[in-house]
Amino acid sequence: MNLVFDIAFTHVRARVRQTGFAVAGVATGVGFSIMMASLMQGSQDDFTQRLVNTLPHITVSDERRSPPPQPAERLFQAAQIYGLTPEARRPGIKNPLATMAALDVWLPGGIAPSVKVQAIIRYANHDVSTTVTGIDPRREAKVSELPKQMRGATLTALYRATNAIVIGDRLSEKIGARIGANITLQTSQGARISAQVVGFFHTGVRQQDEGTAYVLTKTGQILSRQTGLINELHIRLADPLASREIAARVENDTGYKSVSWQEAYEDLLSTFIIRNIIMYAVVGAILLVASFGTYNIISTITHEKARDIAIMKSLGLSEYTVRMIFVVEALIIGLSGALVGFLLGYLLCRGLGAIRITNPFIDSDHLPLAYTYVHYLLAGAVALVSSVAAGYAPARKAAREHPVEIIRGAT
Amino acid sequence: MSALQSIQDAQAATPLIEARDVTRILPGIVPTTLVQGITLRIADNEFVAITGPSGSGKSSLLYLLGLLDLPTTGEVLINGRATAHMDEEERALTRLTRLGFVFQFHFLLPEFTILDNVILPMRALGRLSDAAMRARARDLLASLGLADHVHKRPDQLSGGQRQRVAVARSLAHQPPVILADEPTGSLDSKASEQVFGVLRELVDKHGKTVVAVTHDLGLAARMDRHIELLDGRIVADEQHLAVTAPR
Repeated sequence: MNLVFDIAFTHVRARVRQTGFAVAGVATGVGFSIMMASLMQGSQDDFTQRLVNTLPHITVSDERRSPPPQPAERLFQAAQIYGLTPEARRPGIKNPLATMAALDVWLPGGIAPSVKVQAIIRYANHDVSTTVTGIDPRREAKVSELPKQMRGATLTALYRATNAIVIGDRLSEKIGARIGANITLQTSQGARISAQVVGFFHTGVRQQDEGTAYVLTKTGQILSRQTGLINELHIRLADPLASREIAARVENDTGYKSVSWQEAYEDLLSTFIIRNIIMYAVVGAILLVASFGTYNIISTITHEKARDIAIMKSLGLSEYTVRMIFVVEALIIGLSGALVGFLLGYLLCRGLGAIRITNPFIDSDHLPLAYTYVHYLLAGAVALVSSVAAGYAPARKAAREHPVEIIRGAT
Repeated sequence: MSALQSIQDAQAATPLIEARDVTRILPGIVPTTLVQGITLRIADNEFVAITGPSGSGKSSLLYLLGLLDLPTTGEVLINGRATAHMDEEERALTRLTRLGFVFQFHFLLPEFTILDNVILPMRALGRLSDAAMRARARDLLASLGLADHVHKRPDQLSGGQRQRVAVARSLAHQPPVILADEPTGSLDSKASEQVFGVLRELVDKHGKTVVAVTHDLGLAARMDRHIELLDGRIVADEQHLAVTAPR
C-alpha cells in the first residue's frame, strides 16, 4: 500500500497547479456547504428556541382526548350507544392544587396554574380579540420566560393594581395603549371588567405579542365567571426535548389532555424536514459540482500517465494496484479539499456571524448560526465520497488499458 | 559432454518459456496477422536473439512470450504452466515473479529517482524490507556503473545510462527471464556495446535467460541462439555454438 501512496503523492505533487484547482473546487464546495448548513440549522434552532421559550413545554388542559365511555359500554362489550349527548362537565381541572402537588413529586421541572379566557380588549375605538391568561406571577417564573420578556415593568407589577394587565408590545402598539392606560375586557360569557396596563412583554413571536395578555389568576377567574377555576397547568422541564414523553405520562396520570410543545407545533416542525431535504439537496449539488473538478484532474493525470500505467502493468503491478493509485489520488484531493474547506467554512461562518443587522422586524441583531462538528463531518464525508467516485471511473479505465497498445504507440 | 549436447539436454527439460502454435491476429475491418503458428521452446540460461525485418512480428512475439498480449490461438507456457486461462491478476503476478522487461525506450517513471525506479518492482513484490530493497538496487546500479547517479531523475541521465537503469529495474526482482525489445535500438554504438555487455553478463555470470529482439544482425550473431522471423513466421532458428562462452 505504501507503493500506491508514494506513486499517488508523487503524481499530485508533480501537478501543483492542477491539483491546487481541484482542491480549491472541493474546498469551496465544502466551505459553502458548511456555511449554508450552519445558517439553516442556526435559523431553525433559533426558531425552535423561541418556540420553547415562549410556550410552556407542556400544557395540561381541562379537556380529554376522547369523550368518556358510557357506563353501559364499560359493562357490556356488545353495547353500542348512538345519538347520546355527552354529559355537560364543569370546566376546569378538578382539585388543581392536589393535581399539581401529585405531579410535583416526580416532575423534572416546574408547574404553574393558569386560567385561559378568550376576551375582547376595547381601547380607543379598537376592539381586539385576545387570549387573556390568568397566572400566578411567582409560579410563572418557574415555567416560562415571561419575567425575562417583560418590558417597562416586572411581572410582579400585576400585584400593583386591581385588575392589572400585562399585554404584548405589538398589541400595545396596535391599540395605542401605554402603561397606566385603562382598557376594557369583555368575554363571550358577558363578563366585563376594566383593567389597567402595568407592563408589556415581548416574546419575538408575533402571534403571542399581538394577541396575548396576562392577568392574575383571580382576575382570570372573574372574567370566566367561575371562582377557583384553573383550566390549564403549565409545565416547564429541565430538558425540553423530553416533553413528548413526559406529556404522555402526565396525561396518563391525570386523565387530562397534555400537549407538548412539539405536538402543539407539529405541522411547523414537520416543515423543517422539508427544509432540511432542500438544504441537503443544495449542499449535495454544490459538492457534486466540486467533484467534477476531481474527475477532471484524475482524468487528466490518467491520460498523461498512460505510458507509466503501461510500464507499471508490464512490470507486474496488478489492475487493482494501478486503480488504487488513482483512487488514492482522488482521495488526497478530496481530503485536502475537505480540510481546506473546513477552515473556509469556519471563516465564512465567523464572517456571517459578524454581520450586524439593523432590522426592526428581526429581534436578533446577528444572523443565527449553528456551530456543530456534524456539518463538518457531513460535508467532509460527502466530499470524500464524491471525490473517490469521481476518481474511480477514470482510474478503472486507466487500469484496464492494455499495456501493449500503449508501449507499441510509444515506440 | 559437448556444448551441443548440453543445449539439447536443456531443451529437453521443461522450458522456461514455450510457445505452442501461437497466432496473434489483430481484429479490425482488415484483420492483421502479427504472428502465425509460432512454436518454440526457450530453456534456462539461453541468450536468444529474435530478428527480422520491420513488421515481421518480432516485438509482437516478445509481448506474447511476456504475457503482455494474448494469443488469438495457440498457447504460451511459463515454466510448463499454461497461461491461457489465467486472469489479468495472475498474469500480472507471473510477470512480476518470472519476467523482466527492457524496452527500446527506457520507460522510466520521470517523477521518481533512479533508485526508486529500480526499487519499484521489488516494492510491488513486497518480499524484502525497505533497507534490503535499497541495498539491492544500489548494488545493481553500481554493477552497471551508475553508483553516482542513484538520486538523479531519468531526465538527468544520458540515453545509455537510462537504458542501463531500465536493465537494472528488470533485474531488481530477480526474474529468471529477461525479455528485451530492441534494448540497443535507440543507443549509439558505444552505449549499445555497454548494454549488450550487461545482457551477456546476465547470461554468463548470473545464469539468466535473455530473449532480445534486435535489428542488429551483428549483435544477434554474438548471441547463443538466433530466431529469424518473416511475415510472422519463424524462418530460421539457429544455435551459435562458436560464440557460446564456456560455462
